[in-house]
Amino acid sequence: MRKPTALSIGIERGRLEIRQFLRQRESVVFTMLFPLILLAIFGSVFSNSISEGVTFSQYFVAGMIASGLVNTGFQQLAIMIPVERDFGTLKRLRGTPMPASSYFIGKAILVTLSMLVQVFLLLAAGIAFFGVHLPRSIDKWLLLVALLVLGSACSTILGIAFSNVPKSGRGASAVVSPVVIVLQFFSGVFFIFTDLPHWMQQVAAIFPLKWMTQGARSVFLPDSFATREVAGNWETGRTFAIIAAWLVVGLIWAIRSFKWERD
Amino acid sequence: MSTVISVSGLRKSYGSTQAVAGVDLAIEQGEIFALLGPNGAGKTTTVEILEGFRDCDSGDVRVLDFDPSTKGHAGQSWRDRIGIVLQSTHDAGDLTVFESVSHFAMYYENPKDARDVIELVGLTEKSDALGRTLSGGQRRRLDVALGIIGNPELIFLDEPTTGFDPEARRAFWHLIRKLRDEGATILLTTHYLDEAEALADRVAVINRGKIIEIATPDQLGGRATSLATVSWRDGQDIRSEKSANPTALVASLSAQFGGEIPELNVKRASLEDIYLEMIGVDHA
Repeated sequence: MRKPTALSIGIERGRLEIRQFLRQRESVVFTMLFPLILLAIFGSVFSNSISEGVTFSQYFVAGMIASGLVNTGFQQLAIMIPVERDFGTLKRLRGTPMPASSYFIGKAILVTLSMLVQVFLLLAAGIAFFGVHLPRSIDKWLLLVALLVLGSACSTILGIAFSNVPKSGRGASAVVSPVVIVLQFFSGVFFIFTDLPHWMQQVAAIFPLKWMTQGARSVFLPDSFATREVAGNWETGRTFAIIAAWLVVGLIWAIRSFKWERD
Repeated sequence: MSTVISVSGLRKSYGSTQAVAGVDLAIEQGEIFALLGPNGAGKTTTVEILEGFRDCDSGDVRVLDFDPSTKGHAGQSWRDRIGIVLQSTHDAGDLTVFESVSHFAMYYENPKDARDVIELVGLTEKSDALGRTLSGGQRRRLDVALGIIGNPELIFLDEPTTGFDPEARRAFWHLIRKLRDEGATILLTTHYLDEAEALADRVAVINRGKIIEIATPDQLGGRATSLATVSWRDGQDIRSEKSANPTALVASLSAQFGGEIPELNVKRASLEDIYLEMIGVDHA
């Protein structure tokens, strides 16, 4: 019998990860339904127009799609991996000949699928209820695909790196969720970014979520809205550069700090 | 017969605490070898170095002719030949027994058949049950199934029967012997002295980071030649006497009582008595 490659083991791990995810009803509800509930609340309460042809709901849908990248990658993994570390899953795997890369391929598959489902659900709700439109040009579609690929990769790697921060699996969501929620407030998901205090904007600009939301707006809002951004344009180049830089930081951080067992 | 594990001069410290202070061991192919010792004696550290989970400070360690601390891909083909059953784990609660076992089979070059392994550990009826619905004992048997699916030459068993009822322990011992009969070498750590006595070909007692003695369970601590305690009822009193020749003592007592000796009891030191004495616990 020929031994499977790291990639084929990784794909099989991805299938198992998805199967386990679907069998945990709480995680399905928490990860998939919660953003939709938020969208329903915020989108309905703040439906006023914020610029010509742009409602707050549309602004918010773009922000929630960017948040979806953070929820399904960073938040999901930074909570899930400490639990697996506590339960001995990681140590057990380390004791087998499974290549380490297969484990991360499996996680990446789980994140990719949950990210696609979440973006699809948010977009579908945005289009059906909040006047969001799909991009009309090839350029914008390519921009969307690039944003999802790079943003999700960045978020996944940072989630793996951050998984060493919570001291235990039980406390993980108490450590990780506030980070995400605060970043969402600072990054212009719940409020219009340019309405935030200057210092808050400065802090947010260090982190990738601000750039992901701005990128999502550049896909879903009319180009005329670009003048309302901080720089007066979409800053597409800088957006991708900063997300890519965080990906590199996350990669180095993850490689240096990842542990297969609790100390 | 070849040596599966050889360790000499093994040392490991955590800060100023010496967890392992010069351990020497040689474990032969096909034996069940038990490592006994109180908590904090260096047992877990020693085993984790052998399993490749921890690096040592100094010493020479060979496990299946391989240095377990070797990093990178070389370790993978070595891991292919060993099976590790860790202390209690709670993972894979959302997968069925069959899903977990057949998935782990994928990691190995030459795995056993998943259904066979599930049958071997007695979980056939629970094949399609989710991990989280298993009882403690069933859970432990799943751990063993995952440890042996790769058809290992060497199996590490860490506290395998903690929390088992007596019947489940007997069944488990039977399983371990079966694995040994199939040719595997087994390194067992346990808190249960009766378990070591029932299973192990040889036991090593470790305390304060050092091996105190390595012997067969019935020879450990001079047990075979230790004095036996003979006790019997003499009128109102229970009398007892330590003797190097208990048979002669019993014969003379029998003559004295004209046959049956009231409430006769001949007791040699149990493995537990010897062990507690060795690690310096006053158990009188």
